[in-house]
Amino acid sequence: MDKDMGMTMTQKILAAAAGLEEVRQGQLIEARLDLVLGNDITSPVAIKEMDKIQAKGVFDKDKIALVPDHFVPNKDIKSAEHCKCVREFARRNQITNYFEVGEMGIEHALLPEKGLTVAGDVIIGADSHTCTYGALGAFSTGVGSTDMAAGMATGKAWFKVPAAIRFTLTGRPGKWVSGKDVILHIIGMIGVDGALYKSMEFVGDGIANLSMDDRFTIANMAIEAGGKNGIFPVDALAEEYIKTHSQKSYRIYEADQDAVYDAEYTIDLSVLRPTVAFPHLPENTHTIDEIKEMEPVAVDQVVIGSCTNGRLDDLRIAARVLENRHVAKGMRCIVIPATQAIYMQAMEEGLLKIFIEAGAIVSTPTCGPCLGGYMGILAEGERCVSTTNRNFVGRMGHVSSEIYLASPAVAAASAVKGVIADPEEL
Amino acid sequence: MNAKGTVFKYGDNVDTDVIIPARYLNSSDPAELASHCMEDIDGDFVSKVRKGDIIVAQKNFGCGSSREHAPIAIKAAGISCVIAETFARIFYRNAINIGLPIIECPEAAGGIDAGDEVEVDFDSGIITDLTKGVSFQGQAFPEFMQKIIASEGLINYINNQ
Repeated sequence: MDKDMGMTMTQKILAAAAGLEEVRQGQLIEARLDLVLGNDITSPVAIKEMDKIQAKGVFDKDKIALVPDHFVPNKDIKSAEHCKCVREFARRNQITNYFEVGEMGIEHALLPEKGLTVAGDVIIGADSHTCTYGALGAFSTGVGSTDMAAGMATGKAWFKVPAAIRFTLTGRPGKWVSGKDVILHIIGMIGVDGALYKSMEFVGDGIANLSMDDRFTIANMAIEAGGKNGIFPVDALAEEYIKTHSQKSYRIYEADQDAVYDAEYTIDLSVLRPTVAFPHLPENTHTIDEIKEMEPVAVDQVVIGSCTNGRLDDLRIAARVLENRHVAKGMRCIVIPATQAIYMQAMEEGLLKIFIEAGAIVSTPTCGPCLGGYMGILAEGERCVSTTNRNFVGRMGHVSSEIYLASPAVAAASAVKGVIADPEEL
Repeated sequence: MNAKGTVFKYGDNVDTDVIIPARYLNSSDPAELASHCMEDIDGDFVSKVRKGDIIVAQKNFGCGSSREHAPIAIKAAGISCVIAETFARIFYRNAINIGLPIIECPEAAGGIDAGDEVEVDFDSGIITDLTKGVSFQGQAFPEFMQKIIASEGLINYINNQ
């Protein structure tokens, strides 16, 4: 193998997990898995496939996470049956990390909080936003139910070693600019297939100016650019997060100096503006300044939550905007803390009081409206500004409804104004 | 192995939410999923599709959610092959894992029209538009994936090992 070619951060993690000294782009490898994840929609299909595998039982009951979060608390009888299937599988196999209503949260907010995802891990999840854990320096990627089943049975998965795109982040983001604006800007720039089959590796001194919650948001939406994974270097802040939340041992990998990238971009965070993705693709982005030049976009509903933006930072920012203000007449504003711990902390900080006084509602953790499941389905022609991650046709309800993806700050400001609004101008 | 059928044609970025909307994901029954396949972008699909028909699309087919219900719905609807300029990676894995033949071929994605009769030879990767009388060379699968496909999916492949 060519010793002259350096490896990316992702390639180094994959090489170690495959027991190889080196891997290169395009190579097919089999890697050992540190965690296999599923939810209430994808796990029942995986469990059905598991039953067909001759090897009985799971590879490691501590390395599987089952998080019913999509249609939970059960929205209807069929969803209840799915959850029952997952619950019984968890019991039968003594799965340590099964999270029942009361302890569950939105999977990609919950697992890092529970310390199940740490630097150097190789993680697959039957949920496309599994790429979130790259914020902690893990290789994590979304797969389907059959891959999940094979992973649960064997503790291994096959991967094609990805090429990478490097994004060098510099500068400090402005007052109302968050991780959501960074990733929407990037998706707007490279398109929804701009990183197809590739790693998105984030580097640069600007990362020090992004909170962990910002980084989770950015890594979370790597899939929205088609990426296989998004990954951040493990700096002091990330290491502190891991140590605070996890007992697991972790390993820090760094890209080689001479690693090869398919493309490189430098992004000055200080010049980014609040950014909104218009229907029906996350790449249809406009800055708030461009939007102010347009006809006002009237909004019926605002959703603040999801695996993308349901964390504490997000709720704090939304509360800062909504404090001593009220949502517009006729506006439905739905706030969904992503986990029980976030919910509790938001309560203790008085954020929930701010939301309720502003005329918003606060829900128990659920993916609910993000994928048009329940808790905020849109009627024909309705518009929603949402902190979620996809604005595809029919994603949140009626096929003619529209979703505008935005940060918590812009979403909260839009709830107050009744049109897509700049939080700076309330 | 061959596929032969009439083409349903779609554009760029057909996402798994339109292939099978989440409002139907409280079921995992292939026949039920198939009965709603593509309904948010093509309301006629379910009533028109016949066993063996072929989907041809442009780039990034199957983007978005990882739901395996999407290739399951397409396969259960009777589709014998999906041809696209490119596939989103999770959909690509899922299709191979459940034994839905897919093939990347930008030339075919551009050259074939809705309603054309098309034949695909999976061994050679040759896609023939019988209506137009032209052929395209699709990308062959790496050997490892061919083994999974030959086993009719990942689970059988694991059982055979």
